[in-house]
Amino acid sequence: MDLRALGESFIAMLENMGIPEGWVLLINWVLGALAVLVVALLLAIFLIWYERKIAGRVQDRLGPNRVGPWGLIQPFADALKLLTKEDITPDKADRITYNLAPIIAVFHILMLFLVIPFADKVVGANINVGVLFLMAFGALGTLAMLMAGWSSRNKYALLGGFRVVAQLLSYEIPVGLAMLTVVMLRGSMNLNTIAQGQGGVFGLGWYVWILPAVFVLYFVAALAEGERAPFDLLEAESEIVAGYNIEYSAMKFAWFYLAFFLNTWVLSAVAVTLFFGGWQGPFAAQLPILGVFYFFLKVFIMFFVFAWVRATFPRLRIDQMMSFCWKALVPMGLALFLAVAIVLKLGLPSAATNALLFIVNVVILFATLKLLGNYTKDLSHNKNKRLFAPELPRL
Amino acid sequence: MVGQILFIFIAVVTLLMALGVVVARNLFHAALFLIGVFFGIAALFILLEAEFLAMAQIIIYIGAIATLIVFAIMLSKGMMGRESGAYNKQWYFAGGAMVFFFGLVSWLLVKMPFKTISAQVPNDAIQQIGSGFVGHYVVPFEVASVLLLVALVGAIMLARERNS
Repeated sequence: MDLRALGESFIAMLENMGIPEGWVLLINWVLGALAVLVVALLLAIFLIWYERKIAGRVQDRLGPNRVGPWGLIQPFADALKLLTKEDITPDKADRITYNLAPIIAVFHILMLFLVIPFADKVVGANINVGVLFLMAFGALGTLAMLMAGWSSRNKYALLGGFRVVAQLLSYEIPVGLAMLTVVMLRGSMNLNTIAQGQGGVFGLGWYVWILPAVFVLYFVAALAEGERAPFDLLEAESEIVAGYNIEYSAMKFAWFYLAFFLNTWVLSAVAVTLFFGGWQGPFAAQLPILGVFYFFLKVFIMFFVFAWVRATFPRLRIDQMMSFCWKALVPMGLALFLAVAIVLKLGLPSAATNALLFIVNVVILFATLKLLGNYTKDLSHNKNKRLFAPELPRL
Repeated sequence: MVGQILFIFIAVVTLLMALGVVVARNLFHAALFLIGVFFGIAALFILLEAEFLAMAQIIIYIGAIATLIVFAIMLSKGMMGRESGAYNKQWYFAGGAMVFFFGLVSWLLVKMPFKTISAQVPNDAIQQIGSGFVGHYVVPFEVASVLLLVALVGAIMLARERNS
């Protein structure tokens, strides 16, 4: 069964009913948008249960297990509880900005769902600048948290807001460099085209096999972009209580919570699309509905890894985190980008190019790890316990 | 028809936002209105089927510039949450400059014969923009990059700690 055909037959049905063409398009778009919206919101509710269960198992607990089978209904119960809670707005808060912030936080994530291909050509908007779209609307999240931090009139919220800008703007660079490398390899910014290019034998010709270091770069930076441990400095409760969302209660807090989980899901989906072939898999070309299954399977495995890391690692210090981005990830990303560009320009046959790309990736990955290892072992940096203390030239 | 309604709607909203930038008494609100203006312009680009420009508009103006403006306001002492009047002693200079520039732009819009081509947007428009940057327009592109680098170095020099 082809999902495209279903949509086209629906359009034909509306046209046969004598509805003018413009209105048919409008109805089709509104229904499509609603479908994406409902999927996204249901997904968020399931993801909360999924992450809590993973964290529970990793930390030798049971996780939610009281409401429904395996605690599956727990997020619904939590949502209902949040709905009945008192909605408190601080007296001095800047009301419009304060109320707008959670809306933008969720809006920008839902926009990202538009360009993610769930199966071949099953995508909200098959635009040619998909990767740029991800970067553009991803950046709106920074703004939402900044607005929340500023409008709350709370010093901890404001500090959280500062950290949002410092962290998210910095880590956007390695994420962008990793995406750019894949775009350069495929020669297209359309996410569906990028997924199509990873067919190969049995639909297993994924870019992660030839660009492992780029994937590692993306994954580490995505941990920070998704505000997840070990980079969850934005809401480090031991330092700034709860960060930008400290003054939010009830459903407004729930919106930020929702945005957080959907953000991680989108980051996993982008990782899957760019590096793990998206909907590609054995027999997905013959049976398109299988593509949807493969896509969600891969995304949930990727989400599991994100949750696993979060449940395992302790938090970094903010100066370590910033230095790690600017002194390790950004140079690594630039080196990878340059190396991949040179290899692609050599004009070798495709098998040799792929082999060379793999070698270059492994070499750069190990060089980065070796340099980082030497740096941390060198105790002369360790005097004031600031492992990455900045050394400025004296003038 | 639908396109025209959309255009009028987006244009009105964008203009109202632009008005908001000027009349907002709170600097932070003015910055937020400015973001709304950038967003409206991006929407107009999409209406013109210039997706790349729309995305570049959002990344550069909203993602980078507007966030930095907001950040600068937050870091400036005493700017947070302060209401400032829309008028000060220089209002007649500003008013004169505004009338002059408004006249200039209106005169240009009336006099200028705008060239339009009816050709379709080529499918590989993004590739053409890309190869234009590193091909025909490589010198201006690199000069702009060097300028940004100089600005970056200058900002670090101004902001660094001075240990005498």
